[in-house]
Amino acid sequence: MGVLISLLIGCVVAFAAPLLNRAAGSRAGVILALLPLGLTAYFATFVPRIAAEGALRQSIAWVPALNVNLSFYVDGLSVLFALIISGVGFFIVLYGSGYLKGHRDLGRFYLAVTLFMVSMLGVVLADNIITLFVFWELTSFTSYLLIGFNHEQERARKAALQALLVTGTGGLALLGGLILMAFVGGSYEISELLNQGEVLREHGLYTAILILVLAGCFTKSAQFPFHFWLPAAMEAPTPVSAYLHSATMVKAGVYLMARLHPALGGTDLWILLLAGFGAATMVIGSWLALCHSDLKRILAYTTVMGLGTLTMLLGIGQTEYAVVAVAVFTLAHSLYKGALFMVAGSIDHEAGTRDVGEVGGLRKAMPITAAAALVAALSMAGIVPFFGFIAKEFVYEAALAAGSLPRLLLALAILANVAGVAAAGIVALKPFYGPVRTTPKHPHEAPIAMWAGPVVLALLGLLFGLAPGLIAAPLINPVAGAIAGAPVSVELVLWHGFTPVLGMSLMTLALGIGVFFLWNTWRESRFARGFNRAFGVAPENAYFRTIDGMLWIAHWQTRIFQSGYLRHYLTTVIGVTAFAVGFTLLSRHGLVLPGGWSAITFYEWTLAGIMAAGALVAVFARSRVTMVVAIGAVGFSVALIYLANSAPDLSITQIMVETLTVVLFALVLIHLPSLRPVESRASRLRDAAVATALGAAVTLVMLTVLTEPISPHLTEYFGAHSYVTAHGRNIVNVILVDFRALDTLGEIVVLGIAGLGVFALVKLRAKKRRDGGADV
Amino acid sequence: MKSLILQTIARLLLPLMILFSVFLMLRGHNEPGGGFIGGLVGAGAFSLYAVAFGPASARGVLRADPRTLLGLGLLVTVLSGFFAMVLGDAFLTGQWLIFHIGEADFHLGTALLFDIGVYLVVVGATLTVIFSLEEEST
Repeated sequence: MGVLISLLIGCVVAFAAPLLNRAAGSRAGVILALLPLGLTAYFATFVPRIAAEGALRQSIAWVPALNVNLSFYVDGLSVLFALIISGVGFFIVLYGSGYLKGHRDLGRFYLAVTLFMVSMLGVVLADNIITLFVFWELTSFTSYLLIGFNHEQERARKAALQALLVTGTGGLALLGGLILMAFVGGSYEISELLNQGEVLREHGLYTAILILVLAGCFTKSAQFPFHFWLPAAMEAPTPVSAYLHSATMVKAGVYLMARLHPALGGTDLWILLLAGFGAATMVIGSWLALCHSDLKRILAYTTVMGLGTLTMLLGIGQTEYAVVAVAVFTLAHSLYKGALFMVAGSIDHEAGTRDVGEVGGLRKAMPITAAAALVAALSMAGIVPFFGFIAKEFVYEAALAAGSLPRLLLALAILANVAGVAAAGIVALKPFYGPVRTTPKHPHEAPIAMWAGPVVLALLGLLFGLAPGLIAAPLINPVAGAIAGAPVSVELVLWHGFTPVLGMSLMTLALGIGVFFLWNTWRESRFARGFNRAFGVAPENAYFRTIDGMLWIAHWQTRIFQSGYLRHYLTTVIGVTAFAVGFTLLSRHGLVLPGGWSAITFYEWTLAGIMAAGALVAVFARSRVTMVVAIGAVGFSVALIYLANSAPDLSITQIMVETLTVVLFALVLIHLPSLRPVESRASRLRDAAVATALGAAVTLVMLTVLTEPISPHLTEYFGAHSYVTAHGRNIVNVILVDFRALDTLGEIVVLGIAGLGVFALVKLRAKKRRDGGADV
Repeated sequence: MKSLILQTIARLLLPLMILFSVFLMLRGHNEPGGGFIGGLVGAGAFSLYAVAFGPASARGVLRADPRTLLGLGLLVTVLSGFFAMVLGDAFLTGQWLIFHIGEADFHLGTALLFDIGVYLVVVGATLTVIFSLEEEST
């Protein structure tokens, strides 16, 4: 229950946040930051419990009939992510209160960011796959609100929509994959599916499951070729980018892949897809970062690189090195990237620009921010004694230990990290050192709310680097164990001795420094431009072309189907129904006509005769009133037939509906133009054919149904249970209000909407006429 | 269209039909009837009155806007389903109280609440349509 309550508290706080913002003013940020702080403390209490007792499960029934439970599974992996989400969340709320100080929509920011945090916690803690999916979609939804925070700018709206469409499409694929997985594995709980690994991997649907799940993860975690939405989402305010696009949301896909690794991982297809796409994303992201001069874009592309690295590591996750590398790199990346994003935002906020070419020498004006940036960047570059160094060592070790193509993977990792070193230097050194440049705003140090986050996150990167033993046993080992599906115990040490990997680290550093100094030359080279066009711009253009294509198809089919004439719609609907019903009947069943015509009584023949006559009169009548009367005769005859077959409820309903129909007709008839034979002979023949076809199809279906013996099962069931369980003797009504009450609820909602629809149509027309507009 | 005969009859029939509609609704659980049929009869009562006296008078007699009835009905229906959830059953599971009055048992259940909701929606939706169309034609 504890986890659920903590999430519910988060929801309540989220929706109270706008009110609090209005009431508490500038103190609101500090007050609201208490929520993530409390959550961090709460999740921290799980760390010793999990190290001692293993994973915990909490569950309450939600929709038990559909196997949907609000169940949560807390193990090392969940706790690591939960701690990152709530811990970074604490600094983000503080940072946001400074960054957006005085913004009129600050309350909305608090609402969306808190709600996002809760959703994200839900994703990493959920055990039931449907619960997981609901939270997963909630993160997409809240990130849409956050990316589009500056909704008056078209670019922000477009970026938000793009992120939503890309991750939402992936989300649908994911849902399919998860349901297939539950179907094959026989459970909706991830904790149980994890034990079904062999069944899942050997099932015929494995390929489908894997591809669908990965489609969800790859889009969410911005893997090539879906990476384009992440840099575009930099339109979001910086606190959002720092939170969603470095530490949390984009890692949801990585989390899910890590979570499902024991169930789905280790096959050739898994290795090929994850290592392949991961490595490609890593290299492409890292070098695209160097094609840009906007600080946030550089960081966004290095995040793409980080996500690619994690995916690649999960692909080769069969070794202990790889799973430990995932755990260490996830933590290290969240710490330094969160800090650097906040630094970039502070530069933007204080200097008025975040283009590397336009800022310089800010060190003196912003000493604290500069120091935090330097420490974080050293970790990002993987330099001793920072935590990033340990992470990079593990990445290299994992690549070397990979089962297939270790040398290629290692070479690619080094290639990407060279660019990563250069990017770290660009972000942390260029704005703060060198000659002072005039910027749009006169720069000065950011307020404490805005430097607290970068400083603490950067220092944590240093602390974990100096004393990795602090987190190795309690945190990293359980995480690695959860990913591997078996206990893992490694000792994290800063200094491995003079190993080949250390040599590669040094080489990476040297090459990275070289690239850093050649950055301007590289950025303006034709190769870099072509690279950016091919891997940065082209995928996004493909996205735009897809959207344009979909819109074109929508226009095209609207033009064809939506003529605006009621009679065309009726012809289409009736014709399609007649064809579908008739075709299905003839192809699946064939024509079988029932016997027993002699059992039809005299008055049934009479009623049928009246109905047939009424229908004919209605078709050939020259005035509308005659038509209404003729159709009324048909309706009342139907009511009598119900009565004759002991269905008084149906009969009364039919009579009442017929009566009210007459009233309605009387009211509508006044408005209709006089009946004129406006249609040609051909169109009348066509209408007759369509109408006859439907009549014939329905009649034949009814007759065919009668040839089958009617199953007494339902009648007996309702007869036996109606009074006992639902306390009613009128079975029809008991079905309506009890056994199938949800259907009735749906029907009356439809009825209500139809009523309101008519009201809107009528009143809209009346208003138009009053306003002197054209009468339609 | 003012008809003295229609107006006299409508004035007499209105209370009778309303009573009858409520009767139909209440008996529906054991005998032919129910919220849907009752609602149609109730709507018929006010439609008749509206035809005789015009929609403005009918609205006066009804007092509430039909759209309010419609919304209220939906609310009642949905709320009747929540009783079960509070008591730990699935949404809309019938909940019953059984009183023993003398020899007879009296069964009171959420199904009645549900049926009242249906009744209100049917009356509300039908009258929304009929009143607005009628106001258009006058």
